[in-house]
Amino acid sequence: MAETGAKKEFWRWKEYNWKNPDLDLSAGKIISGGVDVGSVSSQAVVMVDGELFCYSNMRTGSDSPTSAQRAFDWAIEGTGLTVADIQYIVGTGYGRINVPFAHKAITEIACHARGANYIYGPSVRTVLDMGGQDCKAIRCDDKGKVTTFLMNDKCAAGTGRGMEVFADLLGVSIEDVGELSLTVEEEPEPVSSTCVVFAKTEATGLLRAGWPREKVLAAYCSAMAHRVVTLLERIGVEKEFAITGGIAKNAGVVRRIEQELGISALTTSYDTQIAGAVGAALFGRALAQKEGKQR
Amino acid sequence: MITAGIDVGNKFTKVVILKGGDVLARQSVLTGFDQEKAAQKALEAALDEAGLKQEDVARICATGAGKQEVTFAADVITEVGADAKGALFLVPGARTVVDVGAEEGRSIRLDEKGRIVDFAMNEKCAAGAGSFTEAMARALEVDLTDMGPLALKSKALVPMNAQCVVFAESEVVSLIHAKTSKEDIARAVSDAMASRIVSMTRRVGVEKALVLIGGVAKNVGFVRAFEEGLELPAVIPGDPEFVTALGAALNASKNAIGEEE
Amino acid sequence: MIANYGYKDGSGDYFISINTDMCVECTQKPCQAACPAGVLEIIADDYDDLVAAVREEHRKKIKYSCAQCKPVAGERSLVCLDACSFKAISHSW
Repeated sequence: MAETGAKKEFWRWKEYNWKNPDLDLSAGKIISGGVDVGSVSSQAVVMVDGELFCYSNMRTGSDSPTSAQRAFDWAIEGTGLTVADIQYIVGTGYGRINVPFAHKAITEIACHARGANYIYGPSVRTVLDMGGQDCKAIRCDDKGKVTTFLMNDKCAAGTGRGMEVFADLLGVSIEDVGELSLTVEEEPEPVSSTCVVFAKTEATGLLRAGWPREKVLAAYCSAMAHRVVTLLERIGVEKEFAITGGIAKNAGVVRRIEQELGISALTTSYDTQIAGAVGAALFGRALAQKEGKQR
Repeated sequence: MITAGIDVGNKFTKVVILKGGDVLARQSVLTGFDQEKAAQKALEAALDEAGLKQEDVARICATGAGKQEVTFAADVITEVGADAKGALFLVPGARTVVDVGAEEGRSIRLDEKGRIVDFAMNEKCAAGAGSFTEAMARALEVDLTDMGPLALKSKALVPMNAQCVVFAESEVVSLIHAKTSKEDIARAVSDAMASRIVSMTRRVGVEKALVLIGGVAKNVGFVRAFEEGLELPAVIPGDPEFVTALGAALNASKNAIGEEE
Repeated sequence: MIANYGYKDGSGDYFISINTDMCVECTQKPCQAACPAGVLEIIADDYDDLVAAVREEHRKKIKYSCAQCKPVAGERSLVCLDACSFKAISHSW
């Protein structure tokens, strides 16, 4: 563990795995898997006949194939499953071609739409995914098929990494950023620079001018919300609207997006970061059925 | 007549003191958060170097991102205008002037009379200018001034996919994990930055003489990639980061003479 | 499906949009060869349609890759747009 005096890593969020206590493996016909290897985080999901069985969520290491393997092993840990038991595995995400044990790779756009459809239900028509190093705006139909998409992975503004930079600058744990930003009495002007690097300099100036941390965070969350709203408006927003990815857990950004759009986002008890892997696993199930792979 | 040009840049504030056609002093200070204070400090340092007092200066002209903050300047000139004036003064045949600073890159095309024909800017995105190299130097744990020489020692071409400073930092960390040499990474960094500047310069059209100014002109790795990209040698004046301030000082002279008439 | 390739950063919006429902009708795909910078390619997308797309290496550099075709002085004539007879492609330039 960290020794006293070691610098606290404010960007570090909790990694975990989960098992469905109620699902009976032996009765399942098709077991499918999905692995979403992102630049920042990786998730592995196993579904039995299209129902969530187990999953893991962890930080992507320096090596994509290893991260894919580790995420998968951790997801199935303690379940009695092995890779061989799974009829079809689909890889997705930035590192999708690096999932060596996958049968097929499908783009993260298609997987996120499909996954959001599962997590939020067939009424979802507009999905905003705010990931570690990208931001996606997706319109889909009631089956989770993509009708329009836009992905921005060039610029850190509006991504998890951008938020991590700020969490670090202000010495606030990434998991606390959202709630803290909502404690301001009056909403400040958003940070004027879109660019995270320049916004950081601007924020440093604000801190020196005496702004408390929560006010600076509010200004940044506000700027981030505004930026993603312009991306969403480019493809048009149709209800119902839902958010996936890590930043969906940041109430400070979510609340401000809802305010600017004038629409409430759907809520879920599922982990929003697994949407891509869930979609991949569902594609896997459909492909297994198509190819006649059943137990 | 003695004039002064103050270039309040995003990272450094530069001052040039000019007498006729001779540069008497050049000084640079970190801009920090108070732009007017930085301008005053830089001016005082330059006056010190020249052995002069502020009263000796007939006219002051300000340029750069913080030009409006310099309340004690008589004139203000755009950076594009200052770049053109400064570059032409030092290189009379200048037709394409490229200024790459800490946060902004500019390409300017001039005609045979030195008039500005076209210009393009890379702004508001840190990947387009010196901040990119600076952040990568931190990720590599080397001095900013070592990035250029390191790049020249590279033996292999390594592609850099990230187009953003924040993502590039993560990419550099991964490359280091994968045991890529610092030289090869430094080269990937200069190539990436140069390719953006080259693309921006092509937009205004490239014509000899090609003049490169601004702090980034001191990065030999960048210069090589830039020249290779444009297939043209670049003329780099000595002390390239002061050329914009020089242009401002020249503008002050012109205006002072104009008022006398 | 409308596929928007490109990005928005501090300096602006740079997007190339392809309407795959219209693009799939075209057999020749002249847009790919028409582009002087080689920005476009033909792929089989996730739904198995043969359509035009922006090459992976250009998706984050549209501002720079498409620089030579950027309109000046109000005149707008983009080679890729002109080549597409189905009006399936659009550009933020």
